[in-house]
Amino acid sequence: MSAIRFTEQPLSHWMKTTGAESEIVISSRVRIARNLQEHPFPLLATNRHLEEVQDELKEVLGDPRLEVYGEIHPIELSALDELNKKMLVEKHLISPNLANESRNGAVFISDDESLSIMVNEEDHLRIQCLYPGFQLKEAWEKATAVDDIFEDHVNFAFDDRRGYLTSCPTNVGTGLRASVMMHLPALVLTQQINRILSAVSQIGLTVRGIYGEGSEAMGNLFQISNQITLGQNEAEIIDNLRSVVLQIIGHEKTARERLLSESRLRVTDRVMRSFGILSYAAMIDSKEAAQRLSDVRLGIDLGLIEGITPQCLNELMVLTQPGFLYNNYEGSMEPGEMDTFRARLIREKLGKGLK
Amino acid sequence: MLCQECGKRPASLHFSKIVNGDKSEYHLCETCAREKGELIPGTSGGFSIHNLLSGLLNFETVEQGKRAASPENLRCEVCGMTYSQFSKLGRFGCSSCYKYFNDRLDPLFKRVHGNTVHTGKVPVRVGGEIRTKRQIEDLKRRLQESISQEEFEAAAQLRDQIRELERQISE
Ligand SMILES: [Zn+2]
Ligand SMILES: [Zn+2]
Repeated sequence: MSAIRFTEQPLSHWMKTTGAESEIVISSRVRIARNLQEHPFPLLATNRHLEEVQDELKEVLGDPRLEVYGEIHPIELSALDELNKKMLVEKHLISPNLANESRNGAVFISDDESLSIMVNEEDHLRIQCLYPGFQLKEAWEKATAVDDIFEDHVNFAFDDRRGYLTSCPTNVGTGLRASVMMHLPALVLTQQINRILSAVSQIGLTVRGIYGEGSEAMGNLFQISNQITLGQNEAEIIDNLRSVVLQIIGHEKTARERLLSESRLRVTDRVMRSFGILSYAAMIDSKEAAQRLSDVRLGIDLGLIEGITPQCLNELMVLTQPGFLYNNYEGSMEPGEMDTFRARLIREKLGKGLK
Repeated sequence: MLCQECGKRPASLHFSKIVNGDKSEYHLCETCAREKGELIPGTSGGFSIHNLLSGLLNFETVEQGKRAASPENLRCEVCGMTYSQFSKLGRFGCSSCYKYFNDRLDPLFKRVHGNTVHTGKVPVRVGGEIRTKRQIEDLKRRLQESISQEEFEAAAQLRDQIRELERQISE
């Protein structure tokens, strides 16, 4: 099985539908980390151990209870070229760590791409569920159901006192990382964002840019996730995050209303200028593209721009990243040509989005 | 010498920590060293796990700590990872590391998670009894609630369920 089917289309099935609160919440993700009792963690494991881990976990895919999630395709990382790895990272189906550093790494991806199971990443097993919009509970329920099935077949490293044992001390206990990706342009524009984000980080949650640690938030996208995995149960973790996200949604909505009532002309001007630049620019770098796309998304949400779907913007978010850009580009690429091609692609897509 | 934290118990652990060339000494009783591990100056601030590890766990013993093995000798006998490797890498080598390093993990978990004990999901296969105990705890909480709300019929039912589960465990 090749990964081509997953990199041919920039939009995962889940991105074509919309979830709750989809004007503000782009996606909800739950990841569960597990390890097999009998083998050292991937950091120290021999290749032999890692092969055995892969075999044991791959066998679980035969469990008929997994059929409800559609066909699940096992892909070995060693079978992928660099480009396809990069594109899977850009679609959030695998982590950069699995793509670049794993030995005997593999990923099992469901047909609709909402379930991706990473093998021999930092931990032996990482079950990830990715849903559009605000669907944390749904993502958790699916991830834990898949976890139960794996648990029936293999011995997970578990300790009565410490819970599920993970390679990194920051994941021990539940092994659960729940994250919500939010688009918060109005809180950024009204300069409330820092106050809110620092409050969030004081209650055991973390905020990151869309590509994880070290990257800045591009295009007003913020990923909010739980930091605590030990001493809180799964329901508490999900509920905490849910209630904080709900509050942030409330703040963002209020800020949007305020923008419309107090500075409608200025917001309209900003949004339409960005729309104009994206529609006609001959060159655009990735940072500006992300910011302009954020403005246009806000314009659509506020009813200032019509005729473009949010799905079209989701697609552009993925397509304008380097791996996908390169893949779509025929011929050799001169320096600076990436920006030219990015601009052309956006013009075409927005043209298609217009009636 | 008395513990510099509580001033009551005798100090049994003596540490020195060097931050940017400044040497500070700590004389703590075991209880305070564990519970207030996160209060040791120079360890707060910064989210990086590596800061935490070097701050919390990488202190050297000046006098021989009598109770805790010195970090150099501490080693996981299953995968062979030493404690000092662990504190540099910030990653465990295998699930047994948790056992061998156990005495030194509470302050770390306290700082990272604010907690030291798991209260979440338990695997069905290994967790029959643990699972039942959690269930009993949960029922007892609900029993107290029912009593305080004077819902005695519900309380009686809960009490029966608790007895049944406790009987199962004792068998
Ligand atoms: Zn003391
Ligand atoms: Zn070990």
